[in-house]
Amino acid sequence: MHPNFDLSDCYTIQGKLALPYTYFAGSVGSIFLTTLRDRRKIMGIKCHTCGKVFVPPRQTCERCLEDIRDQWVELGDTGTLENFTVVRYADRHLPRRPPFVLGLIRLDGADTPLLHLVAGVVVDRVAEGLRVRAVFAAQPENTILGIDHFQPL
Amino acid sequence: MGYRKKNRHVGIVGIGTTKFSSHREEVNQPEMIHEAVRQALDDAGLAIDDIDCVLHGNMELFEMVHQPDLWHTLGSGALGRDALRLTTGGTTGGTLVGAADNLVASGMYDTVMAIGFEKLQEGHTTGGITNMADPLWARKLQSGALTDQAACKLIAEFGEERARRAAMTYRIIMDQHACKNPNSHRAFGLSWDQIDDLMKTSPPLIGDLRLIHMCSQSDGACAIIFAAEKKAKDITNWPVWIRDHITVHREETLNLCNNYYPTATTHRFAAAQLYARNGIADPLAYFDVFEMYDPSAWWGVDWLRDFFLLEGDAHLRLVEERQIAIDGRMPINPSGGVLAANPIGATAMVRVAEAAKQIRGNAGPHQIPKPVRHALASSFGGTMWTVLFMLEKELNWQGV
Repeated sequence: MHPNFDLSDCYTIQGKLALPYTYFAGSVGSIFLTTLRDRRKIMGIKCHTCGKVFVPPRQTCERCLEDIRDQWVELGDTGTLENFTVVRYADRHLPRRPPFVLGLIRLDGADTPLLHLVAGVVVDRVAEGLRVRAVFAAQPENTILGIDHFQPL
Repeated sequence: MGYRKKNRHVGIVGIGTTKFSSHREEVNQPEMIHEAVRQALDDAGLAIDDIDCVLHGNMELFEMVHQPDLWHTLGSGALGRDALRLTTGGTTGGTLVGAADNLVASGMYDTVMAIGFEKLQEGHTTGGITNMADPLWARKLQSGALTDQAACKLIAEFGEERARRAAMTYRIIMDQHACKNPNSHRAFGLSWDQIDDLMKTSPPLIGDLRLIHMCSQSDGACAIIFAAEKKAKDITNWPVWIRDHITVHREETLNLCNNYYPTATTHRFAAAQLYARNGIADPLAYFDVFEMYDPSAWWGVDWLRDFFLLEGDAHLRLVEERQIAIDGRMPINPSGGVLAANPIGATAMVRVAEAAKQIRGNAGPHQIPKPVRHALASSFGGTMWTVLFMLEKELNWQGV
């Protein structure tokens, strides 16, 4: 834009769109959530072809493209922090007050990481490789927050 | 026009379509897509490693998911493969087929799988579609996808009674077709003695567009596998050949608020170009079936004139004489068309899939009771988008 361009007569519109939607977990995802809520168990699904264990579970192994929906395996509640970030800003959609840690936790026996909160640790001292354990929510939840958070072993 | 003949022939070798429904709570998006993908692979007798490239498409924003193709890799088979996402509104399914046709014909890939889907129960279509109009000149005035423009036009030209009766006749024929198609979302079992009642009692939406005239919003997916001639013949005994396709659009009508409305529709323009370059002088005589993207019964009636380049009231007579029924002279939408199911990103692709199945002769209970060699399939979207396909049973095609 020319440095002397006169903006005083430029008309603009401030827009705002509502984008409501519903998320369907599907029957596989729903079993994962209700098991978490009712039995406090973290369930994965194993592809018998490639041997990978998926947590959260999925209906299809995207590598072998096979239907694996019935191949449930029960996992423990311990795992390893594979990667993490420290959230340092507040927003309405965030589950905790900042600063807090969002981590990718690979449960023992799983091949895929689960995104979750890591608490009970000084945020500036979190490191990859940290061994953690799931702490289940005191009140039943119908979301992934049926696990309240992970904390160091 | 920058039209060139294809480098090589492209055949449809595998088709998969889910059941269409208003609700699919038991599956998430990649799981629903996978149903169509698995069916298409099994239909072609192929494994996912036989696919060179995966195309993915739906309406942008309708499920409110950003870059859904990435998530959908869980069910689409795109992992480790070349992949593209395409979204052109209602025409998305047609654009996917057109792109697959081009990609295979060009020699870039031998085998391409295209996937169209929509899970409209999850999203908010008006929220997504409102974003399309110019914010200053048009957004406050935009009404979304519903319009009685075709009704106004038909009534002005042919009078209320004849136009309304033709639209409802079209609607009942489509419902009769939908009742034969096990994948239909909406199949009511309408009968001819309801015609006068429906013309009066179906809830009005806009002007003469009533609820019964209009398509639904549906959940569902469609996958089609395309292969180059040599490979297609190796894969299947019944490849369906894409003879030609054309895309025409004039989206500016809504977006730039031009003070004119195009008099020649994109449908008529597309049809005229396509037939001219393929030597089709009499499309009504040439084609054995037409799968039309007909979002409402009014549009269905009106667009018959455009797609078959008819004059006067010839299109109305086709409807009134029920020549468009499955056993008529020119069967339109033996599947029930868009009025039977409208999973938007898949809808236009379903037209091609259904037309191809008619040529193969395995459409199911809604198979046309005469040999099908030449099929026409259309896509519609946005404000004025057309993608039009000619499908053939044999490669030795000629004009008529």
